[in-house]
This record gives sequence, C-alpha cells and structure tokens, in this order.
Amino acid sequence: MGVEGIGARVVRKEDKRFITGKGRYVDDIKLLGMTHAHFIRSPHAHAKVKAIDSSAALKMPGVVAVLTGQQLVDDKVGNLICGWAITSKDGSPMKMGAWPAMAPETVRFVGQAVAVVIADSKNLARDAAEAVVVDYEELPAVADVHAAIKAGAPQLHPEAPGNQVYDWVIGDEGATDAAFAKAANVVKLDVTNNRLAPNAMEPRAAIADYDAAEEHFTLYTTSQNPHVARLVLSAFYNIAPEHKLRVIAPDVGGGFGSKIFIYPEEMVALWASKKVGRPVKWTGDRTEAFLTDAHGRDHVTHAEMAFDANNKITGLKVKTYANFGAYMSLFSSSVPTYLYATLLSGQYNIPAIHAEVVGVYTNTTPVDAYRGAGRPEASYLIERLMETAARQLKVDPAQLRRSNFITQFPHQTPVIMAYDTGDFNASLDAAMKAIDYAGFAARKAQAKSQGKLRGIGVSCYIEACGIAPSKAVGSLGAGVGLWESAEVRVNPVGTIEILTGSHSHGQGHETTFCQLVADRLGVPISQVSIVHGDTDKVQFGMGTYGSRSAAVGLTAILKAMEKMESKAKKIAAHALEASEADIVIENGEFKVTGTDKAIALPMVALAAYTAHNLPDGMEPGLKESAFYDPSNFTFPAGTYICELEVDPGTGKTSFVNFVAADDFGRLINPMIVEGQVHGGLVQGIGQALLEHAIYDANGQPVTASFMDYAMPRADDVPSFNLSHTTTLCPGNPLGIKGCGEAGAIGASAAVINAITDAIGKNNLEMPATPDRVWRTIHAA
Amino acid sequence: MYQTTYHRASSVDEAASLFGKASEAKFLAGGQTLLPVMKQRLASPSDVVDLSKIKELIGVEASGDTLTIKAATPHYDVATSDTAKKAIPALAYLASLIGDPAVRYRGTIGGSIANNDPAADYPAALLALGATVKTNKRSIPAQDFFKGLFTTALEDGEIITAVSFPVPAKAGYSKMRHPASRFALTAVFVAQTKSGEVCVAATGASQSGVMRVGAIEAALKANWSPSALDSISIPASGLLADIHGSAEYRANLVKVMAQRAVTAAG
Repeated sequence: MGVEGIGARVVRKEDKRFITGKGRYVDDIKLLGMTHAHFIRSPHAHAKVKAIDSSAALKMPGVVAVLTGQQLVDDKVGNLICGWAITSKDGSPMKMGAWPAMAPETVRFVGQAVAVVIADSKNLARDAAEAVVVDYEELPAVADVHAAIKAGAPQLHPEAPGNQVYDWVIGDEGATDAAFAKAANVVKLDVTNNRLAPNAMEPRAAIADYDAAEEHFTLYTTSQNPHVARLVLSAFYNIAPEHKLRVIAPDVGGGFGSKIFIYPEEMVALWASKKVGRPVKWTGDRTEAFLTDAHGRDHVTHAEMAFDANNKITGLKVKTYANFGAYMSLFSSSVPTYLYATLLSGQYNIPAIHAEVVGVYTNTTPVDAYRGAGRPEASYLIERLMETAARQLKVDPAQLRRSNFITQFPHQTPVIMAYDTGDFNASLDAAMKAIDYAGFAARKAQAKSQGKLRGIGVSCYIEACGIAPSKAVGSLGAGVGLWESAEVRVNPVGTIEILTGSHSHGQGHETTFCQLVADRLGVPISQVSIVHGDTDKVQFGMGTYGSRSAAVGLTAILKAMEKMESKAKKIAAHALEASEADIVIENGEFKVTGTDKAIALPMVALAAYTAHNLPDGMEPGLKESAFYDPSNFTFPAGTYICELEVDPGTGKTSFVNFVAADDFGRLINPMIVEGQVHGGLVQGIGQALLEHAIYDANGQPVTASFMDYAMPRADDVPSFNLSHTTTLCPGNPLGIKGCGEAGAIGASAAVINAITDAIGKNNLEMPATPDRVWRTIHAA
Repeated sequence: MYQTTYHRASSVDEAASLFGKASEAKFLAGGQTLLPVMKQRLASPSDVVDLSKIKELIGVEASGDTLTIKAATPHYDVATSDTAKKAIPALAYLASLIGDPAVRYRGTIGGSIANNDPAADYPAALLALGATVKTNKRSIPAQDFFKGLFTTALEDGEIITAVSFPVPAKAGYSKMRHPASRFALTAVFVAQTKSGEVCVAATGASQSGVMRVGAIEAALKANWSPSALDSISIPASGLLADIHGSAEYRANLVKVMAQRAVTAAG
C-alpha cells in the first residue's frame, strides 16, 4: 500500500489550514461593493401576513432595499421544490403545499422569512429590520403529528387536506397478516424518534454576485452539492440558466445533511443581487440555524414483530407518522419512505414485512435528511424491537439476533433492498469479545453492590449507502441521478489534479482521494491536489451525502485514473520501445517489467504535452474523465454494544464502555474512518441522551439556543473502542461500503437498550434525560 | 441605536464616577450575561463600565477565619487558588464546576452574584456559608443580599468589591448540571459552622432563586450524615419546571444533592 497509499493512516492535508485559522469559508469572502442581507422572520407559527410597511426602514442610513415575498411573486421566482415524488397507496401523488422563498401571504413556522433588508453593513441591515412593521393576523397552529391529523386541526395547506402529505405503503400486507395469524409470539412497541437540530459548526451563508455585463451570477454558498444547487436554482427557480450561474462551495464547516438542500436565503440573495446591482451577503446566526436549517428525524411509530415457536422472526408490521414540518424540503419525501422503510429488515431474515408511512404537515421547521436520514430511524426501531423481544421471550438478546441473522448473500429483503454481502456474526462476535459480554453479569452484580444500576445494550445495524444506482432511484421517484464524475489531469510537469463532483465539508477528501492516486502511481500525495466545490472547475457532480463520496466518488476517480494510466502506458511503451502490455507503474515510474528500463511519470506527462513523439494517431495531453454509476447501494453493517451505569438517585447515565465493530469494506484511511465513526457515535449518543428540538403546542420553538438544546460535549461521551471486520463490497472495484453515517445510525439503540436493561423497564423515550430516566425508574 | 461607549475603569471610585455620569450605564465584569444579552439586543446600555481590570478587585485572601474573594476574580482563579482550596475546599470545587473553561476564565464572582441567576452556583455558597457581600458603600449579609430572581439588594451604581466567607467546620457542594447550559439543574451547598450551626442552600430549584432548605438543616443539625435525610421529602410546589427537569425531579435532586454534599463534606 505504501506509506501514503490505500490503508495508510495519513494525516489530513487539509487540517493545517483549518487548525491554523486559514480555512476560507463563505463568511470570510468579501467582495467589492458588497451589501448585507438581514431577513425579517415570522415570530408566529401560523399567521396571515396582512401588510409590510418598510417606509421608515427605507429612510434609514445605509439601507439599499427592503424586498418582500410579493416582489418574488411579481418577478416570477419559483417556489422551492421537493425533488423526490412519492405516490400514496391510493395512487395519488404527494400533496405539495407551495413554499415561496419569502411568504407573501401566509407564514407557517416560526422563523419563516417574510422580507429582507439589504444594507451597507450587517448591523445597518439589522437596525433597519427593526423598523419594518409587519402586520400579522395570527392563525391557530399545530406542532404535533397526532394533533395535526385529527379532525378539526388547523390546516396548513389547501393542497393537503387533513395536513397529509402522503400515505405510502411498502411490502406485502397479505403475507404479513398471514405470518401474524400463525405467530407463536407477537412483540409490540411504540417509539418516538426525537426531532433533532443538525447544528453544523458553521452556520449557513451565501454571497450572490450579479455581473450585469455578462448577465451572469456567482453564488458562494455553504453547500454539500454545489452542482445540484445550480441545477435546482436554474431549472426550477428562474434565477438564471446554468451557463449563467456559477456556484462555489468553498471550505464548509460541517453539513450532516442540512447543507444538501436549497434554502430560501440563497435564492433571495441571488435575486436581490440583480435587483440592487451589488453583491449581497447573508450569514446566518445560530438562532437562524435552529429556526431554519432543516431538522432531522421526528417519527412516531407503532411496530409489531411476529415470531414462531423457535423464536424465528416471521413478520414485521410498521406504521409510522413522519412530521415534515411546514413545507416539503428538497429530499424530505424520500427520507421516511425509501431511505427508512427499505431498511426495516435490519440484519435479519424476515419473510414478510409491511410498512405504512403517513407524512404530515405541522407548523414547525421543515424536516429533511440528517446524518443517516431514515436509516437511523429504521435501525433504532428494529433494534429496540429485538431487545424488547428478547426480554419478552426471555432469551439472550445477542443470541436472538444471531439466530435470526441473514447468513446467505446476496439476500433479497421483502422491502426492495438486495444485500450484496456481509458477515453479521463476525461483527457481533468482535463486539461481544471487545466488551467481554460473557463477564457482564458479574460486573452488573458488582455495580449493584455499589448502588448503581448497570446495563448492556446491543445494536446490530445495517444501512444502505453509497447512494446509488441512478436507474433504481429514478424508478422510485428521484428527480436526479446519483452517479459521480471525476477528472484526472496530469500536468506537463507530472503533478496531478483530481477534479471531483464530491464535496468535502469535513470528511477529508483532500487526503483520502490523494491516497488512491498515491497507491496507483506511487507518487507522494504532496504532488496531488483535489479540486472540488466549484461548478466552473468541475464539470458536474452529485455531491456528498449518504456516505457516498468514497464508494461512488472515489470509484469515479479510479475509472478516470484507469483511462489516464492506459494512455500513459501507451506513451511510455512508445518511448521505451516496449510492448504496452509489459509496462507496469511503480514508485512514480513506468517500467518495462523484468528489466531496468523505466521512464518517470513527469517525462511521460511532458511527452504527452510536447507531442513531439507520440504513438501514431494519439491525441496530445494527459487528461481523462469518467462518470461512474454504481450497480447497487452498498451495505455497511456492524454491531455496537454499550455498557453503562444509571445512578438511581438522579437518573443520570454514565458510560462504562462503548464498543463498535463495523464492516465498511475496504478502508482507505483508517484514521479518517475512526474520526467519522467517533463523530457519528457522538451524534447517535446525543440523540439518545441529550438532543431534542422541542415545540410547544402552539408551534413556538422551546430549544432555539445552546442554552436549551443540549449538544453532546466531550465529557458527555466515553472513549470508544473501535474495530473492523471486513467483507469487501462486490459492487465497486475498491470494495468500499462507506462509513460516514454508521455511528449515528447504530448508536442510539445501543444506548437506550442498555439503559432499559439497567433500570428493568422497557419503555423509555429519547432523549433519555436524567429526569426521564428517574421518573421511569420510579414509575409504578 | 445600539451604540454604546466602553470605559475601562482603573479604580472602584473611577468606575462609580463613570457610572454616575452616564445616562444608562451597566457595569461589565466577565461579561458572561451582559454581552450575550447585548448581542441579542435585549439590552442597550449607553455606557459600559468595565470593572474587570481594576487591580483592587482581583485576588483571593485568607485571614484568620475568613476567606475573602475580591469581586472581579474569575472562577478559574478561585478553582485553582491554594488559599481557597485550603480554607474552603468546597468553594474552590464549586468554582471548578461553573459553566465551561471559557466561562471560568472570564466569569467573576461579583458578576455572578450581582446577576443572581436562579441557577447560578455561587449564590448557594454565599447563603450556606453566611458570607458577607462588601460593596463600595456597605456590607450586606448574604441572607439579605439575594432578593429573588435576578434581583439583589444592590442599589443603582453600587459596586461589589469582595465577598468574605467565614471558614466553616465542614462544607460540601453537589451539583446536577443542566445538560445544555451547565448552570445548576439543581445543586446544594451544605455547611456546618465551627459553632455547630447547619446551613443548607439550594440553587437551580426554586422559582424564587437560591433558597435555604430548613427541613434538611434541621435533620443535619440533629445528625450530620446522609442517612439523616433518608426520610425527608421535599415538596415540589414552588420549584422550577422546564424541559430538562420537572418540579418533582428537582425536589428529589434537592434531597439527593444534599446527601451527596454531606458525604463530600465528610
């Protein structure tokens, strides 16, 4: 592999600039003549906008313009879209309520923009915003899914009677009912998957710059997928045709899904920059992040699992209500359907599954993909069910899982997914060994003698990643393909630029992607640079989410590398007067195998560009590109086991040990993989113990600052014990499965299973705050 | 409209004078409350008078049976002060639990008690230890200083200069941290004076701010041990309730934290 090749723990190239404060984020960019935008946002969860009086504000110093939703309508700027069409069980399309970037008539969640002030400075814009008088007529609001679907509930959109977006089903209902009719035991569980605020370290930001001479826009924005942003802004919002719009996502400080979507603010900034004839900058603050970044999760589910007399699962029934908030965000519709219900088989052989998902509008911030997106909700449900079943059936929870594992691959589940490979026993064995599962009973007894309640919780997760085959997602309603593109440019001096449609916002692409090049060519990674995040530089790309950058993006680079290497070998063979088939690449040289004849990469590159002596008919240059579309999803899987203690006096949870045994296929940089797992586990633990985006009954957010919304901190989480078991993914040549979301998908169930084991009560909702645990311990 | 004039005072007298001349002045110490509130535009003082660089307001001193912490001493200094740790270790421990490292480097004892947040740590220590708040005008016993939520006996323009604590025979502090803010979800300071009096103060619990807990004081006076509180039940009425802790939970915490504080006190 070499010291910098595949499998090497190479220190991240990008960290030098990040940790020395030299990262270049959107807010660091200043353009000549730049104005600043401040949005005026609704304080009400549901209200009519009767009038907006900006006369006083327009007279204030430095104020350039006050723009409203009605002006967006007048200028025929399109409404925001949802890019994945879901069909209800009655055959009707999902019910889309119109979402204008600024509300001209009705606001439907606290924080929705109604107007924007453009001024010479951020503070002047903020001052003037206070002078804009918005006359609202408050309407009744609803925040809870069950309340929203009741007869007589406040109605959000005329297009969606009963506040229902869709009522979607998957699986074979008849076969599932038949399995339950014959069941020896049925296990039932109600769970809520708590709403989360994503809280990337860098808030969203945008700078729009309209060039009147060229009728061309440039947008700097905090995006995980700048090409998709350009596509959507061009195709649906009438901002500008694609060749007149450049989108740049420079350094981006975390996304976790929340920066996939197209939001009102960047649309308004683009539109406003043309209107005022100057660049427009908007940088969100943390409160705006809480109010307007798409939230995650928020499911309420009832599930039942049928077992035969041998404790084999025979069927699964699930009914989930998904709270979408006030509007359908860009990929929201797919999250509780194709990213959730298709994973309900977990790691288990389940012959019959039927799931129904009801999507619901409420007067809350829109909900969309957040790290894991549907798969954490599926994994949490299944793993809580398995633990509940083990308790009810009085069998060891690890053994119940093992006896139901899928062991033959490929495996077609009853819910679309065809698992390609895996070894679920291997990861369970590794995790049980790492935590000394066999010794737990003695440790529990020891803890009890010290007044502590000790518990252990298992979570065997599986996810579908590397999204994914374009044809497959297209047949399921996706509005885009999910391939990736790459370009390899070998410069005349032999240095290499890799252009990728993936986007790094913390994942370490600048290191990992170079390692593939180092591995194949034997050149140091210092000679390779990764170019991404600019639609003018990179031809096209689908961006980074769904743990897809390595499995899809890196494979595209591999395909382009193979083309480049093939041409370079021809040049080398020509120069060395050897057969192309005899050329091998080692340590940056093209060698004739079995001889000492060799030509260094820079000489090959120079030959390609001087073109003085190329093989007959060969084009000059050494640059190749590829689009790669995978044949299947990838299926990372693993086992997490958590051991913890609960203090019965306070209900407080303390971790004793947390082990993770993951199967991610081939690892490119194990150190970066470990970092990804650490971050994911912390987010999963955060969901289990701390985080909850709460609204009161009137739709007012209760947790819109870090004083109320509990983010996990370093001392809230344990040191993790990580290990890997490996089955190579057969779906891509590198054997990669992806690692970005696993921790967030598998961790929460392990924690809740451990707490409920410790306290001997099965019903406990997330987040398991000390108060909630204490009340559960002491409940009758 | 949100402009303010910043003054860095070099003495208490100068600070008082600057404050008196301004139309709507605020004193700034560590800025852990005032600055966030100003950033949110919920406060817009005409003038801000910074006390944090006044040398006479910084330091920890012990003399006889009294530990004195000057008002602008940051929490970190108290937490790491050998003098404080020797005289009243429970007080240094309390300071080490305030907020997070950034808060402890900036926040001051004077700022904490002048703000009198109902979940702040220091008020519990002042009340339980029978401390005296020294100002540029007078001395105020702790029991007369705290007047309910965010309210104190301080007059407009009055500057806290120091807090003096009688060194107790025993003292202990036990805190359940608020998971988001790291204020006290509920925390209890217990103290036994050298003459055998017992004083117990809880913070983060009551709707009226820091409070004495008479039932616990009586039980501990009779028997200074955690088990003395086993049969005590704290009523939930009048206690705070929010998304992180119900009133019943806080009532439980008052008792459990008191027991643990007694254990810590020895």
